[in-house]
Amino acid sequence: MIYSDKVMDHFANPRNVGTLADADGVGQVGNPVCGDMMTFYIKVKDDKLADIKFQTFGCGAAIAVSSMVSEMAMGKSLAEAMAITNEKVAEELGGLPKNKMHCSNLGADALHKAIEDYESKSRPGAGEAAPAAGADHAEHEEECSCPYCDGPVIGLEDACACRHCEIELVECPACGNYTNKADATCVSCGAKLPA
Amino acid sequence: MTRLYLDRNAATPLLPEVLAAMLPFLKESFGNPQSLHREGQTVLEATEEARESVARLIGAAADEIVFTASGSEANNLAVKGLALASRVKGTHLVVSAIEHPSVLNAARALEKLGFGVSIVPVDGRGFVDPAAVEKALTPKTTLVSVMLANSEVGTIEPVAEIAALCKARNIAVHTDAVAAAGSIPIDVATLGVDALSLAGAPFYGPKGAAALFLKKGTRALPLVDGGIQEGGRRAGTENVAGIVGLGRAAGIARERLAERAVREAALRDRLIDGVLGSFDHVVLTGSRDRRLPYHASFCVEFVEGESLLLSLDMKGIAVASGSACSSKSLKASHVLLAMGLDHALAQGSLVFSLLEGTSAGDIEAVLAAFGPIIDRLRRMSPTYTEFLKEKRT
Repeated sequence: MIYSDKVMDHFANPRNVGTLADADGVGQVGNPVCGDMMTFYIKVKDDKLADIKFQTFGCGAAIAVSSMVSEMAMGKSLAEAMAITNEKVAEELGGLPKNKMHCSNLGADALHKAIEDYESKSRPGAGEAAPAAGADHAEHEEECSCPYCDGPVIGLEDACACRHCEIELVECPACGNYTNKADATCVSCGAKLPA
Repeated sequence: MTRLYLDRNAATPLLPEVLAAMLPFLKESFGNPQSLHREGQTVLEATEEARESVARLIGAAADEIVFTASGSEANNLAVKGLALASRVKGTHLVVSAIEHPSVLNAARALEKLGFGVSIVPVDGRGFVDPAAVEKALTPKTTLVSVMLANSEVGTIEPVAEIAALCKARNIAVHTDAVAAAGSIPIDVATLGVDALSLAGAPFYGPKGAAALFLKKGTRALPLVDGGIQEGGRRAGTENVAGIVGLGRAAGIARERLAERAVREAALRDRLIDGVLGSFDHVVLTGSRDRRLPYHASFCVEFVEGESLLLSLDMKGIAVASGSACSSKSLKASHVLLAMGLDHALAQGSLVFSLLEGTSAGDIEAVLAAFGPIIDRLRRMSPTYTEFLKEKRT
């Protein structure tokens, strides 16, 4: 099996699926073009996450990661929830296939975004809307090469980047595919990337 | 739990007759068909009988069949072999946008060697327009490669028309028939092609055994240089048991092809009608009319294909998906994108490919399982929530 029993359990019986009509914060990452899109809704009470709901469009790993993130963060303080790392989520799930590690990035990011949304709203004087959720895909071209969203890769001075994933990309020396510069391993082949 | 396997494109179980035909060549008949002693010669008889059988399946002559280890190898031998053999004549080739990676990437490899490659688009149902192929031809074109049928969307291409207009210009035509061979009637003379790839695995033959038809007089540079096996077009000791199994499977396919096709087409139509009639926001991918008899493929809106695949798998049903997440490379299906499908919709890809043993009850079981799976995944889909919200306002 490509997935651990824990991943399959969270995929088959995801915890905390749904929406919160009166959410204190909402965070959305990804988009269906990437293959994964997650929306997290949070209720905050006494600086703690009183309730969390999520909805996910995506693969088995994406759904399991969202479910696990919601379980790990439930009842935790905002600071504790912000400290949940992608590695920790993958670890709790009994590991993820190498090419699915970016799903775990999305899960924690969506939760963190919901918390940031809550904080920006509750900060005195912060009236402006939170950053728009999800990325705009009007620019999506057919020439695709970003491994995360299939979108166009733009050339920078000394690197490449995908504009809507907002990440810098490098070519993996092992397989030649683009991968996230910040990662330790290649998303396509799992090879260790030079630091 | 009994399993319901509907992923013929990926693999099929060996027919018992095929296994029985292969076993002696994994046991007592171990000889090398190139050897002149009796151990070798009896094995040679078996491989040549298999060559006859494969040739008959597609209306070819036995000496026009080159055995290879896979459909991918056959495609590589055709594309690279033919293009390189005629590079003095010209260095341009034309392929369709929905070819198998073993054709597309072989063409890209030639591009790096200085060849020009034109990629012909397809329409929304996956059809290659012969006129578009004609437009792509140049005086330097030596090879056109368009598949006979696409394994992801089931569309059967107008290869005969394409071959006719290439023949008039003395351009060689290759067709990848891996998804089609053994399930629809094929006659290489009627098609008018110079090369055709097929593999045994999709019609109940063994993995690791495939073939390339090379019309008499067609020159192809070998990919594997060495001895004189396969008429000098593919060196290396023969995979005897595999070749024998492929031959037996081809013989059975030829006998049962018409009967299989009628049965499978009726089940396919029931599946397509059932899915489109029962579930909203699900589209058929590929052509409805000119379609492989065993093939039904869909895109389910608001959900992702790997989730659908895993959910069906948990219910005991094995199918395939062309979604980005279900591929190792995390790229959406180049076939669906070439057909102009929206990226998000292409993510909901699901491919059912039926087998000889699939029953009417199996199709009803799929239809019964599919609805609750779509509903469950949509209930957790933010894009479906957004859609419902927009619908209300």
